[in-house]
Amino acid sequence: MAKILAFVESRDNKIKNAGFELASTAVKYAAELGAESEILLIGSDVSTVAGSLGAYGVKKVLVAEDARLDKYSTTAYAKIVAETAKQRGCDTVFISATQMGKDLAPRVSAKLDAGLAVDCIDLKVEGGELLATRPVYAGKALIQVKVESPVKLYSLRPNVFKILKAEATADVEKLQLNLTDADFAVKTKEVVVSNEKLDVSEATIIVSGGRGLKGPENYKLVEDLAAVLGAAVGASRAVVDAGWRPHGEQVGQTGKTVSPNLYIACGISGAIQHLAGMSSAKCIVAINKDKDAPIFQIADYGIVGDVFEILPALTEEFKKVLAN
Amino acid sequence: MKAIACISQVPDTTTKVKVGSDGRTIDPSGVTYVINPFDEFAVEAAVQLKEKSAAETYVISVGKESAKEVIKKAYAMGIDKGILIKTEAELDSFAVAKNLADVLKEMNADIIFFGKQSIDYDDSQTGTLVAEFLGIPSISVVVDLKIEGNTVIAEREIEGGKEIVEAAMPVVICAQKGMNNPRYPNLKGIMAAKTRPIEEKQPTFTESKTKVVKMELPKIKGKGKIVGTDAAAAVELVKLLREEAKVI
Repeated sequence: MAKILAFVESRDNKIKNAGFELASTAVKYAAELGAESEILLIGSDVSTVAGSLGAYGVKKVLVAEDARLDKYSTTAYAKIVAETAKQRGCDTVFISATQMGKDLAPRVSAKLDAGLAVDCIDLKVEGGELLATRPVYAGKALIQVKVESPVKLYSLRPNVFKILKAEATADVEKLQLNLTDADFAVKTKEVVVSNEKLDVSEATIIVSGGRGLKGPENYKLVEDLAAVLGAAVGASRAVVDAGWRPHGEQVGQTGKTVSPNLYIACGISGAIQHLAGMSSAKCIVAINKDKDAPIFQIADYGIVGDVFEILPALTEEFKKVLAN
Repeated sequence: MKAIACISQVPDTTTKVKVGSDGRTIDPSGVTYVINPFDEFAVEAAVQLKEKSAAETYVISVGKESAKEVIKKAYAMGIDKGILIKTEAELDSFAVAKNLADVLKEMNADIIFFGKQSIDYDDSQTGTLVAEFLGIPSISVVVDLKIEGNTVIAEREIEGGKEIVEAAMPVVICAQKGMNNPRYPNLKGIMAAKTRPIEEKQPTFTESKTKVVKMELPKIKGKGKIVGTDAAAAVELVKLLREEAKVI
């Protein structure tokens, strides 16, 4: 019988949405597979939040606590996840496809001799097994993947799987850890948070700019709209390569692949590599003066016009409406 | 010092993906294959160590005969020696990493660079898998790297910030855009690279742990609505986003 272990990520002993999504998904598929599920938390003081997972139907939370685990260490975390999976007899492991999870999952895969399907956007139960769907080529295509090893690993893309509320009481169990200094061969010395900026990979709304803005000084129009919406600022490869914007904002095949609820593309024509990175957004708005720009082919709503005229008007209108 | 970059060959970013006749992989006809863009940062990092610290530099690729083209590109950028683990087999990241680790364990590299992911399967696995197979540290999604004696200090990109991460060599570094600016090879370098020898090795591991069952193209949405052509359309758009799409 299958047993699922889900490593729910926390930072500063707080669980983010991706973690609740993962916990909900583990509970859901355990029910579909007729299996058990257990949640693993790792950190310096995560037992304080362990009980909160009950609200997502979680019945068992395993807690790995040590002062040295306050920040992510690929080596130490991988050891804990892999050993926990072994000790608890879990044959299926879920990890969020976040920057932490994408770094952690391959190490766990090597330790458990387990195949890994990364960045899954759908899981289907077929013949008692999970069939994963995941984007490749930054979303230009989708593949269905079967993991064929006895132990199976899946990393799940954030902001895709639903958070499901279900009342349960979570039994919290502290794990006995055997961590040596060698387990911290890779150590995070410091986490630098850029407070003022929301990251495109986490945002539910993104406002992106492209070459149509004509120069870095005009990006203020994009930033103003983003500020009103509480959105992250994104950029096309062209403007990142031109040095207008930092590479961390780049959306596309050689930047970040995003799936926000709303993506507003301003002065972006929609090169195929850009479309690949954002076409899975739930709602796409394009503002471009070229009516034949490829971006309009995937947009839900378009305005064929001048970004310099439309962006300020849009910002004003949102301001007005959201104030009420 | 010995610096090694592991590189792969991928369809370039302008590729319009078509599903091949097997229904599981892309149709390669008309596709231009290039060095994985993220691997250019890996190659550049190794070449910079050659220039700064007289590092001996290698590239390794796992792939078909055609992958020699990306090794030649690395030669043109300044890499000393190239190895191709030659296979026609369809390998997943686990199997690719096993093959690389089997070759790397005999090479005693101080630092092994990868791109943070290949832009075909977007797996972001291979570098970190190799590190685990070799039992050495790894840092992924690196945007800045400093080497001080035997220690590397890297800035690693995370959601909404960065982590400053430290590890001792030997180490695997998976490069993100921003770590450096890959050079354009000059014509002399490109010409010279054409005839340089490439060492071939046999794969040691050909058993994938995952299997692609099917590939399909994402559903195309119906043609969207053009709301208008001027500032007045802004009012209508906001209304649609709130009342029809319900995303605000």
